[in-house]
Amino acid sequence: MNAREAILERVRTALQAPGSHAARTDGPQPTSAGLPVPTSREEILDLFADRVADYRSVVERTGSGSQAAAVARALSGHGVHRVVVPRGLDDDWVQALTRVGIEVTAEGDISEHALLESVDAVVTTATVGIATTGTIVLDHAGGQGARRLTLVPDLHLIVVRADQVVATVPEAVTRLREAVLAGRPLTWISGPSATSDIELDRVEGVHGPRTLHVLLVEG
Amino acid sequence: MSRTFVGMPKFQVGARHALADTQLRRNLAHATRTIRAKRGAVVGEVADWEELRVKGAEAKDRVLSNLDTYLVELEARLVEAGATVHWARDAAEANGIVVDLVKATGADEVVKVKSMATVEIELNQALEAAGIAAWETDLAELIVQLGDDLPSHILVPAIHRNRAEVREIFLREMGKVGRPAPEGLTDEPPRLAEAARLHLREKFLRAKVAVSGANFAIAETGTLVVVESEGNGRMCLTLPDTLISVVGIEKLLPTWDDLGVFLQLLPRSSTGERMNPYTSMWTGRTEEDGPQDVHVVLVDNGRTNVLADVVGRQALRCIRCSACLNVCPVYERVGGKAYGSVYPGPIGAVLGPQLRGRQGKLEQSLPYASTLCGACFDVCPVRIELPDLLVHLRTRVVDDHRGGLPSAEALTMRAGAFTLSRADRLEKAQNAATGVGHLLRGRASLGRVPWPLSAWSEARDVPAPPRHTFRQWWAKREGGRG
Amino acid sequence: MSAVRVALFATCFNDTMWPSTPKAVVTLLERLGCTVEFPRAQTCCGQMFTNTGYAAEAVPLVRSFVDVFGSYDAVVVPSGSCTGSVREQHAGLARRAGDPGLEAAVEAVTPKVHELSEFLVDVLGVTDVGAYFPHRVTYHPTCHSLRMIRVGDRPLRLLRAVRGIDLVDLPAAEECCGFGGTFAMKNADVSIAMGSDKARHVRETGAEVLIAGDNSCLAHIGGLLERQRAGVRTMHLAEVLAATEEDPS
Repeated sequence: MNAREAILERVRTALQAPGSHAARTDGPQPTSAGLPVPTSREEILDLFADRVADYRSVVERTGSGSQAAAVARALSGHGVHRVVVPRGLDDDWVQALTRVGIEVTAEGDISEHALLESVDAVVTTATVGIATTGTIVLDHAGGQGARRLTLVPDLHLIVVRADQVVATVPEAVTRLREAVLAGRPLTWISGPSATSDIELDRVEGVHGPRTLHVLLVEG
Repeated sequence: MSRTFVGMPKFQVGARHALADTQLRRNLAHATRTIRAKRGAVVGEVADWEELRVKGAEAKDRVLSNLDTYLVELEARLVEAGATVHWARDAAEANGIVVDLVKATGADEVVKVKSMATVEIELNQALEAAGIAAWETDLAELIVQLGDDLPSHILVPAIHRNRAEVREIFLREMGKVGRPAPEGLTDEPPRLAEAARLHLREKFLRAKVAVSGANFAIAETGTLVVVESEGNGRMCLTLPDTLISVVGIEKLLPTWDDLGVFLQLLPRSSTGERMNPYTSMWTGRTEEDGPQDVHVVLVDNGRTNVLADVVGRQALRCIRCSACLNVCPVYERVGGKAYGSVYPGPIGAVLGPQLRGRQGKLEQSLPYASTLCGACFDVCPVRIELPDLLVHLRTRVVDDHRGGLPSAEALTMRAGAFTLSRADRLEKAQNAATGVGHLLRGRASLGRVPWPLSAWSEARDVPAPPRHTFRQWWAKREGGRG
Repeated sequence: MSAVRVALFATCFNDTMWPSTPKAVVTLLERLGCTVEFPRAQTCCGQMFTNTGYAAEAVPLVRSFVDVFGSYDAVVVPSGSCTGSVREQHAGLARRAGDPGLEAAVEAVTPKVHELSEFLVDVLGVTDVGAYFPHRVTYHPTCHSLRMIRVGDRPLRLLRAVRGIDLVDLPAAEECCGFGGTFAMKNADVSIAMGSDKARHVRETGAEVLIAGDNSCLAHIGGLLERQRAGVRTMHLAEVLAATEEDPS
């Protein structure tokens, strides 16, 4: 019998074991009533911005008309000289970046992983934002780049549209079903890279981008 | 050769060593207190937390009670998505598969994402024996590996080390296996994290093969999920050409939608965050993005034995959050190593004897490594009834020994049960006790007393028996009334 | 008002080692108008056997418990852990014994079994039991009271209503004291380490008296406090609630 058949056989035998178990039904009394989950658009966006900022990310809110300028201003503000941009990123943004003197490298020009070390930043769009947890999810479709693109550079600027922000984790999971069924990988990002491995003290910045800058675009 | 847990003594021996290490106790008390407070705060934010726990338990029970069906479903989705699926009955078989896969690529090193399953099967030792270097990339795992140490916590394997110890290990060891620690390294956590970033960066960029585990494997879609903080997971899952994921067969979730529950339960229970910094999800192979050679090794290694126990099988719900360790007063005082495996604390005390069997002295002692205080059940995000399981396993251990020569304990228990099975027998025994009470002329307590009570009286006074039992008093009172 | 008829399950440990506790329960319940009976055939709930792994030895004690207490409307127990043993473990033991008759009998009796503070607050509906206890005290919520039978803040509500009392919060109150039944012997080192921390927290409160609902835990913490000559007494909740100005403890 091969390992596959043997394991499946063991599982089936195990599931026929006699006996029963009466599960406990008690639980601790809720220690607090919990925080209310926001329902209005305005509350959801406010909470999203608060929670993203809680992870010590930079959060900026901007109107849809001024996106390109906001992207260029944000990267200039961080002193970025060289940025990598994914396939399918809005051309207006690329032009705005060039105008402020930032050198733009296209995703397609990066052959070796190590080349990503020479850029200071990456700009992408997003797929979903989650208000209660301050999370941004990328499905790596157009405008979001292959996974390595948002990993090696030390600064990640993400542009999230207001209509992409949902209130809760289950709502986000529902929205992402289609991307997963299409075989797309997902990256959930909640603040910059961090660790609590030394004395459980939280430290921002280990292997992923040490700076996360989020532009929330409304209207 | 890396250290292993093989041949660990029974729990009490390891516990005594740990208790004598005051630095260790300080480190543990500080760390567990910190994480308990963080967890409490973020769990308190969730109004439907108790409902989520019930849903989590239900989803896991659904998987476990139809595990054969879900395993076959997961395999089919993975194969459709371009992954290769391997099955391993035990640790040796799993290690053999991984070693062969790495050798086939021609690589002599792998980068590793923190994975309990690979520590459980001692994969690093198997790779080493085959001439393949395995680089742990999680900060805590790196500290353990560089310090030639054993992990002592599920989430934070180096929880027993403080910053000064970490600095010393980095300065001493990093240069031996790659980029040395920066000169003038201080013991501030941000500087130590930076040292790890620099040390590991060259390994990430050149690695051809990565080995990971998975927090979840979704049967419905064939998606694997890795939950992490530092980005080392993303590096390993994204940059190499070949990705080998070692997944215990209990890691399955039935449907994609179940993730909505578990991605709330796990981060809040584990690191005490609303969400961990990074979660990666991948479904087989993606064109032009990430590893193109994707393997999944499904490992049994004792899990079907756990499944065969209708009471004990709930331990397979465990999502390795480590909340039960952090609240366990026993764990807080002795740390993880006394539990003798990669799974310490209350969950380790129930998983160890179930996964590995109850033949060893360590495994027989583990179910007793608890006061049954119940704090673990209250924080378990999937409602594993840990105190009840500990009692269940104690019963198994006692029953295993029935039929042979009875131990002193068994004889005492039998005599006690005989005495307590009828009130007249109890009264006779009580008369003896109150006789002692009379001799002691009303003293409230005794100092040190001989065996077997000496284990008690080493540090605690022993209450002296009273001169009258309650039932003697009651009989007198009723007599006086009549 | 017709008197509530109550069976007292003293528990074997209290009966033998701490008779003042069940005596206090009798005093207290009679003061509150109950008729208290002590069925003499009672012995032990079997907790120590069950929790040490001797389930087979515990089953006859389950049988004896339902025989003795099956006919009462209410059973009062001055112990959180013995109440837990009856309510949370007897059913499993009966199932294990493969005896449906016993299972049914257990199911019938367990809802009538109340830990003392539950009985006072839930059944009698009182929190002010007319007690007087002019001392600085602190309360340790024992694990089985708190997390097995979930008495919640009932004991504290009862204590707060005691006249003259100075009730001080115990730091890290919800942490286990390290007793754990046979754990105290089998893992004596860890047990003492935990108990020492508990004893330290008790001393920090400056209380004269440490109160709890389980004499077993109190024997452990009290044994440590006495060895340390800490000058802190231990008392069961029942004894504090039984004390009055006329009849102090």
